[in-house]
Amino acid sequence: MAQLNAKIPEGPLAQKWTKYKASVKLVNPANKKKLEIIIVGTGLSGAGAASALGELGYSVKSFCYQDSPRRAHSVAAQGGINAAKNYQNDGDSIYRLFYDMIKGGDYRAREGNVYRAAEVSNQVIDHFTALGVPFARDYGGTLDTRSFGGVQVSRTFYSSGQTGQQCLLGAYSSLNRQIKKGNVTLYPRREMLDLVLIDGKARGIITRNLITGEIERHSAHAVILATGGYGTIYYLSTLAVNSNPSAAWKAHKKGAFFANPSFIQIHPTSVPQLNEFQSKLTLMSESLRNDGRMWVPKTKGDKRPANDIPEDERDYYLERRYPTFGNLVPRDVASRATKERCDAGFGVGETGLAVNLDFRDSIKKLGKKVIASRYGNLFHMYKTITGIDPFEEPMRIYPAGHYTMGGLWVDYELMTTIPGLFAIGESNFSDHGANRLGASSLMQASGDGYFIIPVTINNYLSDEIRTGKISTDRAEFEAAEKDSVERINKLMSIKGKQNASSFHKKLGKVMWDYCGMVRNEEGLKKALVLIEELRKEFWSDLNIPGTEAELNQELEKAGRVADYFEVAELLVTDALNRKESCGAHFREEYQTADGEAMRNDENFSYVAAWEYKGAGEPHILHKEELHFEEVEVKVRSYK
Amino acid sequence: MKLTLKIWRQKNAKAAGGFVTYQMNDVSPEMAFLEMLDALNKKLVEEDKEPIAFDHDCREGICGSCGMYINGHPHGPVPAITTCHLSMRFFKDGETVWIEPWRAKPFPVIRDLIVDRTAFDKIQFAGGFISINTGGAPEANLIPVKKEDSDNAFDSAVCVGCGACVAACKNASAMLFVSAKISQFALLPQGRIEARDRVRSMVEKMDELGFGNCSNTGACEAECPKEIKISNIARLNREFYKAY
Repeated sequence: MAQLNAKIPEGPLAQKWTKYKASVKLVNPANKKKLEIIIVGTGLSGAGAASALGELGYSVKSFCYQDSPRRAHSVAAQGGINAAKNYQNDGDSIYRLFYDMIKGGDYRAREGNVYRAAEVSNQVIDHFTALGVPFARDYGGTLDTRSFGGVQVSRTFYSSGQTGQQCLLGAYSSLNRQIKKGNVTLYPRREMLDLVLIDGKARGIITRNLITGEIERHSAHAVILATGGYGTIYYLSTLAVNSNPSAAWKAHKKGAFFANPSFIQIHPTSVPQLNEFQSKLTLMSESLRNDGRMWVPKTKGDKRPANDIPEDERDYYLERRYPTFGNLVPRDVASRATKERCDAGFGVGETGLAVNLDFRDSIKKLGKKVIASRYGNLFHMYKTITGIDPFEEPMRIYPAGHYTMGGLWVDYELMTTIPGLFAIGESNFSDHGANRLGASSLMQASGDGYFIIPVTINNYLSDEIRTGKISTDRAEFEAAEKDSVERINKLMSIKGKQNASSFHKKLGKVMWDYCGMVRNEEGLKKALVLIEELRKEFWSDLNIPGTEAELNQELEKAGRVADYFEVAELLVTDALNRKESCGAHFREEYQTADGEAMRNDENFSYVAAWEYKGAGEPHILHKEELHFEEVEVKVRSYK
Repeated sequence: MKLTLKIWRQKNAKAAGGFVTYQMNDVSPEMAFLEMLDALNKKLVEEDKEPIAFDHDCREGICGSCGMYINGHPHGPVPAITTCHLSMRFFKDGETVWIEPWRAKPFPVIRDLIVDRTAFDKIQFAGGFISINTGGAPEANLIPVKKEDSDNAFDSAVCVGCGACVAACKNASAMLFVSAKISQFALLPQGRIEARDRVRSMVEKMDELGFGNCSNTGACEAECPKEIKISNIARLNREFYKAY
């Protein structure tokens, strides 16, 4: 049985990364050109890694399913990116950022990794600024910041409500420079179908050219997955509708352990579902909670328009329950408090599955102009979707599936349990524990891509300088290609009736109902039965018109949905196994008298890393015990 | 609501295309335009017919994937939004809706409503960047930027690269797209250092790829979902003259 070794460097927390960098093996510049690296995904982590490794002189091959790297879903992040610059003189530091993340993650993340993420955050801001990312500025010309949930300092850098777009376009620009120089070769409109292992090492991938349908083989000395999370498991989520976990799942089936799959963040502020045909939920940035107050009427079923409800008949439930942090409690806490009010019958709107996010008081205090400069595009977007103007009436919002803290298990070097296979950004599990704090996903993705993987990958590649070019004619490539083709043929030959999205929608509902914001044993067991039923229905009643040898979006979708069933099963299994409530994982059986999460540190202070054992076989659980040397493990309180 | 859809179908880049008529009998005004197409595609698959191919991804107006001509306008009749944000409440019961791909020589049709926009990427490869290596950046606040310049740079930088400007232009000009990136960097001290080479390479690449010249008609500005201003093109021209 494989042993989990996180390879955390020895020594005091604040010196681990410095010490690591000083002792890591290096690759001679002349040898770098001979070493090839495949990077799947061109979001912040993928584009960052491709440009940084290209700059170092490695031969990089960059893949994405979109027509252009600029469209990866990092583009949609809104509110901001954290860094421990302490520009506001409000007591921030690397240590405090680290501490906030450990606490925010409910003590289910590794100290070493989290400290490093905080440490490189300042370099990320310097780098993006130098790349021309137009972060918001103050009148003196220096960078501005704002507050985000779960912290009491102002450390979030932003570009209006489009910070992800601006950071991603910055990363895209640095990628473009390397493409022009010939250090990076771009393969757009490619979907990864399988990972190829040779002698136990990751040596390449099989892809489908989404325009021609051609199955292709690509080899390399190392493979980096930067493929994002699996939040689309709920069908309706804040993610791009094509975001999918298939690449990571294929790697999992080839031996990469999958860690903490049940840790999924439900974002508290999204535009609620408006109709049954809806294909996605649009996020309204957490930054809105800086100036917006969340409330519901104090009277059940009060159907008056929000503006007609007087102040003393409003329940500002976050301010009431959590006076210290108020509207800026972390996302998991805010989402559950919202669900609690709606379940109790206090929700607003036709469905009752919504609460008010009200800017009235801030507009009165700061003026319309200031609010518009902070959230202009978000207000515009909200009005476009709903027809309601947030300057006049409160927004209606409800939680939605958003970000996955779980992902491929990686060690300190961001290497998975498959030698030569690395996972960065949201696709790995490492930095956010059981709950991610706002504005730390852009931070972690950029840190992983630009500043961490370009250092740690050398340790692996320094042993590869004598390997030589890897031929794609090898039997391992042939076998992987054959498997991929067989799977496509199997999907094409079902010839049933329903399209792939119909199944995805049904699966999403099962997951949302039984493995969403709150979970219990009975529901989770029921979910397993329902998933299995749906899976059988899928494999007997799916229909994909057209052929596999052409652009076929139904085939693309079907391949992903087929994987969703397997991911869903593991997610539920993990949620069943974790008999405690921590962060975003809330088991009804484990809560305090006033409805707060109850951790069980004695039995569950570990990372659950799951090993795939073959189709139909149960997964095997490996535990990586978490050791806290620096912080005192406490009950997380925002009251 | 009942709608008649006239949708451009084209098997691949080489095949001849044509309009096909579809009847939609139960369109809800709450649907998004792309969700209406999802519903049509669901029906087509159930009838074992090939669904309509179209690019889409984030469905929140930021990735720039979606884009089609709807009743003669890129991204449809409502200003300042992408196709994915277009709601069916803007259509009338009984209306006929014409749906076409972008029509521009540098954007060949791949299939149905999907076009090849890699020409945009090629322009960006040519010079859409500031040459700085990872790790080499100075402390961020050592580069002060006037708030006004930074805000203007941001307004140019919000371009999503959807291609509506090219599709709207009778000359298939990419000037608005190119000028947005040129402006962003021209307005920032970080971008000034390579301004001359950047504008030369990007304009040269734009011409080489077959995009036409600006005719000052302003259709690009009128149709841009992100309201990129035509004044960016003036700045591009100024930068271009300065570069020779």
